[in-house]
Amino acid sequence: MSALRERLRISNLPKPARYSLGALGLVFLFLLPNKWFYEYLGIPLGFAYIPLYTTKNDMASVLFICTWIILLSLGLNVVVGYAGLLDLGFFGFFAVGAYVVALLTSPESKLLTEYNWLESPWPWLVAVPIGIALSLLAGVLLGWPTLRLRGDYLAIVTLGFAEMIRIVAKQQDWILNGDRGIPEVGHPPGSVGGEPLFSFDAKPYYWLALCVIILAVFLIRNLVRSRVGRAWVAIREDEDAAELMGVPTFRFKLWAFAIGAAVGGLSGTLWAGQANFVNSTTFSLENSILVLSAVLLGGAGNIAGAILGGFLVIYIPEWLRSVGDVFGLPETVTVGGSTYDISPTSLRFAIFGIVLIVVMIFRPQGLWPNRRRAAEIQHRKKEVAVGE
Amino acid sequence: MLLEIDNITLLYGRIQALHGVSLNVGQGEVVALIGANGAGKTTIMRAISGIRPVASGKITFNGEDITKVRADLRVIRGISQSPEGRGVFPGMTVQENLDMGAYTRRDTKEIAADLERVYGLFPRLKERRKQAGGTMSGGEQQMLAVGRALMSRPKLLLLDEPSMGLAPLLIQQIFEIITEISKQGTTILVVEQNAQQALSRADRAYVMETGRIVKEGNGPALLDDPAVREAYLGAA
Amino acid sequence: MNIGELLRSFPELTVTGVTQGAIYALVALGYTLVYGVLRLINFAHSEVFMVGTFAALFTWGLFGLDSNTERPSIGVALLAILAAIVVAAVTSAAVALLIEVTAYRPLRHRNAPPLAFLITAIGASFVLMEVAGSLTVRRPFGVPALLPSKPLFDIGGWAVTPTQVTTVVVAIAMLVGLDYFVQKTRAGRGIRAVAQDPNTAALMGVNKSRVIALVFILGGLMAGVAAVFNDIKTGSTKFNVGFLLGLKAFSAAVLGGIGNLRGAALGGLLLGLIENYASALFGSNWRDFVAFVALIALLMFRPTGLLGESLGRARA
Repeated sequence: MSALRERLRISNLPKPARYSLGALGLVFLFLLPNKWFYEYLGIPLGFAYIPLYTTKNDMASVLFICTWIILLSLGLNVVVGYAGLLDLGFFGFFAVGAYVVALLTSPESKLLTEYNWLESPWPWLVAVPIGIALSLLAGVLLGWPTLRLRGDYLAIVTLGFAEMIRIVAKQQDWILNGDRGIPEVGHPPGSVGGEPLFSFDAKPYYWLALCVIILAVFLIRNLVRSRVGRAWVAIREDEDAAELMGVPTFRFKLWAFAIGAAVGGLSGTLWAGQANFVNSTTFSLENSILVLSAVLLGGAGNIAGAILGGFLVIYIPEWLRSVGDVFGLPETVTVGGSTYDISPTSLRFAIFGIVLIVVMIFRPQGLWPNRRRAAEIQHRKKEVAVGE
Repeated sequence: MLLEIDNITLLYGRIQALHGVSLNVGQGEVVALIGANGAGKTTIMRAISGIRPVASGKITFNGEDITKVRADLRVIRGISQSPEGRGVFPGMTVQENLDMGAYTRRDTKEIAADLERVYGLFPRLKERRKQAGGTMSGGEQQMLAVGRALMSRPKLLLLDEPSMGLAPLLIQQIFEIITEISKQGTTILVVEQNAQQALSRADRAYVMETGRIVKEGNGPALLDDPAVREAYLGAA
Repeated sequence: MNIGELLRSFPELTVTGVTQGAIYALVALGYTLVYGVLRLINFAHSEVFMVGTFAALFTWGLFGLDSNTERPSIGVALLAILAAIVVAAVTSAAVALLIEVTAYRPLRHRNAPPLAFLITAIGASFVLMEVAGSLTVRRPFGVPALLPSKPLFDIGGWAVTPTQVTTVVVAIAMLVGLDYFVQKTRAGRGIRAVAQDPNTAALMGVNKSRVIALVFILGGLMAGVAAVFNDIKTGSTKFNVGFLLGLKAFSAAVLGGIGNLRGAALGGLLLGLIENYASALFGSNWRDFVAFVALIALLMFRPTGLLGESLGRARA
């Protein structure tokens, strides 16, 4: 059984088979947001037909959310999965990326209207690299003083950092304009038949994000396989030993932090383009926690795992909303004169919470872990004290 | 036999630390377990006290199969250990550490009597009663660990490297106390690298190499065994 | 910077700061106890607190008190508060224990890596918060008026209301009681033993599972008491009330040195004061910002908090 599984592993298939599988997967992903395509995806279950697509929200929008969350997971995976640094405020970098794009590209930006720092709004494409660069800078600025802290202390500091960004963003009279936010954020360039390609439809953004993900995966994969990646693993497994072996641990941790931050910022720049409107409410701590659970659910330290996790944390709750529709489940129940909302829409995060617990109990290594890590965890399992 | 270990194996991750070890300890005996670093001596101690699960084999104590019994319940059955590295609770005073030794007991009067007995064996501990365990010297911590293990009134006392890191004079002293404890009626299994001391004081002894028992016999006889002398006593 | 405002309202700010700090401290104890024994940030602890706020509200409902009723007599009010403390503490403790048994214990049995615990903690937190959200239709619930709002005494601007006195007195009693329990009783010694060296503790006959359960129960009791006073102080509660408060309490625990009981008390008190002074100095919008800046700045200079991690593995 396991021998068969071993032979069927994608990495063990012959090269042509692997490439055609990959190409097929990509075609599938690019077709996915089209209604005429996804309509056929579903599970017939006796009398009912359970769609795999989402019915409460436009499928393309859901897919776009998936992609930018996946980008965030990929970035956080570098920090948590490879370097083993617990970052609870990763969404802060997303915020930096999003706000930079909004400030530079929106005609309503206070940089234009009040401070006259800009003559006219910049194009989105010019703002993106600046957003990434500033996110990276934010990563270095946060990492420089804090990366000497260990484990849980680092966790609380990063959490505080994300919360601080949110509080700054919330100030009404500041440059970021608080809850009123910044509207009319610029879109990416390009047009089809005179119509701009990127406007409010999520589909082109999804395609763009997909391309960005592919690029990010290649970059991160090469990085992980380089000397840098080996240093990260050494730090994760035993920081003191790595230090003794002459690995400049602080510098490599800072690297991980900065690279993760840059990818997180990139995600923010994409999101800002589509959302068209950036305000402080997007950057709640819950989102940081959501991304972290994505990485660990998928399998920390594995790129494929981070992608799977990022997809599932968005898709499962969304999909649960559709399932309620199919079965015609009651949305409310009345007990003793009080009416309670029991719709899957309302309970979807509770269900998602249960999924998280169950997966961690039965697969603490995550759904799609790094092989080396999975082996470590399998061995840990055998070392439980007697009767525990 | 008070303790019978029958063909146990034990794994650390993918490394096999014990390959079918069998040994036994009779009522009232002092049994020594000697061997080089990494031979698996401490691992056997952990298996007996239940800190580590065995992969196969059986451990019988006082006629009862305790292979699957939880560590804390083994203490109640009468197994007590002074662990490797002493395991003194650094943030507790000497007195509190000794009280921890009697954690499973409720007979306050008897506990007080045993406390006096331990203080009798180790007067030094009485002087340092209020001092934090973590601030004591290595020798004092060793005394504390042994004294604490006695506080549960064990049927079987497991001592893991009681001489480790101690000055020669202190080693002599610790072993004299071990002999004294044995005379007071406690069965003892002692793991040691100091083979000279251990063998000369043990009724019987086992020699371990790379996770296996390679020799057994009575203490003084092993002391005269040429192979043992060469390997562990540094003499031809 | 509004230094004048700070100086003008200094007594008031101090009194409210201490009261707020008392609530933080009680919740922080739950984080610190669990962390001390398991090296685990129990993220779901904020929801333990949240359940307590509703348990208190429910108890007052049994007294026929709700946000529209007249303030009862002092006797009835104190009785209602006492009853709420008991009910909320027991309920919160039960929820804490439930979290330990369903979300953490199975992972321990499989020796799962630390990050897996973090995720189940997040999962448990989601479940509790969202179920509470559904049951309460995500709306805020008002708390009945209980104690008179007129200050008990006012000496040169140092005015203290009955609510503030009760909060601080009960919190101190709980802190002292917990400290005594952990330092002086047999069960408390068991907790410290597991915190300092879990393997050796097992060799002494300590049942680790029981100690862990006990730690969750103690943390739950403290959070339940804090919940009652938070209800009274803020005048309302909501399904997500635990989130920010939990975050602050956790910060307080880290500030004092996580794993250290007295550190949690000190950290709570300091955080309460810093927040109140900061909101006078920089405006209430910047309250939380300054709290986090203070936390980060402190960790730069004392990486293990003010008092260090003493309940945990003492670094001798």
